[in-house]
Amino acid sequence: MTSNGSDPASPSAPPEDRRVVRVEIVISWVLRVGVVTSLAVVVAGMLLIFVHHPELLTSATRLQDLTQRGAVFPHTLSEVFQGALRTRGEAIVAVGLLLLILTPVTRVAVSILAFVYQRDRAYTFITLTVLIILLMSFVIGRLE
Amino acid sequence: MTALEFVLICFFVSIVGGFIGSLLGLGGGLVVIPMLTLALKVDIRYAIGASIVSIIATSSGAAAAYVRERMTNLRVAMVLEIATTLGALTGGYLAGRIAGRWLFMVFGIVMAASAVMMLRKRRNAASDEGEGTPWANYLRLHGSYYDGALQKEVSYRVVRARLGLGLMYIAGMMSGLLGIGSGVLKVPAMDLGMRLPIKVSTATSNFMIGVTAAASAGLYFARGDINPFIAGPVAAGILVGAMIGARVMGRLQNALIRYVFVVVLLIVSAQMLLKGLKGN
Repeated sequence: MTSNGSDPASPSAPPEDRRVVRVEIVISWVLRVGVVTSLAVVVAGMLLIFVHHPELLTSATRLQDLTQRGAVFPHTLSEVFQGALRTRGEAIVAVGLLLLILTPVTRVAVSILAFVYQRDRAYTFITLTVLIILLMSFVIGRLE
Repeated sequence: MTALEFVLICFFVSIVGGFIGSLLGLGGGLVVIPMLTLALKVDIRYAIGASIVSIIATSSGAAAAYVRERMTNLRVAMVLEIATTLGALTGGYLAGRIAGRWLFMVFGIVMAASAVMMLRKRRNAASDEGEGTPWANYLRLHGSYYDGALQKEVSYRVVRARLGLGLMYIAGMMSGLLGIGSGVLKVPAMDLGMRLPIKVSTATSNFMIGVTAAASAGLYFARGDINPFIAGPVAAGILVGAMIGARVMGRLQNALIRYVFVVVLLIVSAQMLLKGLKGN
């Protein structure tokens, strides 16, 4: 990342660089934990769907309702959270998928810290812009 | 077919898709969407919604490793992500407004183009000569990385940042419209366009794909195109497949396999096009 060729992880590196390395480790950690947690929640939700609806194991007609256009499932934050509180399988899967979508968003938010530590105004601004665009996507989707 | 069978088939089809995708250096999306729509008759919007979240999983998993190895150029990634996320918003917005048959047709074309792109030689256009360009200098995009094969630190200068931004907007738009990672567009934009080393381009592209996908995934979710019953097994399957693919990748560097896959991709892209042309 730095073009001066010195190893930023070494103790002789300036403290700002060491903090940046720590932020990069946090980013790597956020990505890993985000993916593993969200998929565990997704799998748990899928199992719950079949536990609550044993008829899905045998009946073919219910499949149409679930997968064809116009299928009913939670897709707003309040629907997802209310459903999850009532341990509805679909809502739990949706929580997992939302966690997955939020993983890169969190990653961008953590990156802002790295640039703040470096006192790098230009990149703090650039990263903030990316974060705002990401958050806008949820708002635009709701407005439609 | 019962619902259980459907979920299991989705899961295993996605494992295959994620596996092939990671071998080819594509996300799973290009493989999984045709499988879901053509074979399982899933609505194309649900297939795209399932694919877009899966891409986040595979990209984030791979990026975690790349960031630790310091192969990714975080500055280049951040600057270009402004363009890819705006593009993804545009694409995701358009996807909700155009008919499904058009999605099939655009998908077929992009898929064929991607297949042809895979045949190109992975030339390394990077160099440390020259001055870079004013934008790249101002944004301090130049960098260096440790090349394991050459066993030395390689430094490089970045050029044509604005061209890169333009290409990334298009790549982001395709990603948002079709639910794919569009790494096939991102990598050449960086290595041929901006002259980043191929390894840095690949790692940076992989890092960016997840953020790009998140931009349109929010839109798809709020619109109700991410069906948990489909997206759940697909996301889990693609991730498992991509992990297996990454394991065997080193042992499977056969050019013949690559050509076979390219032919398969071309055939499938023709089928997608045909489905679009015929309507329903």
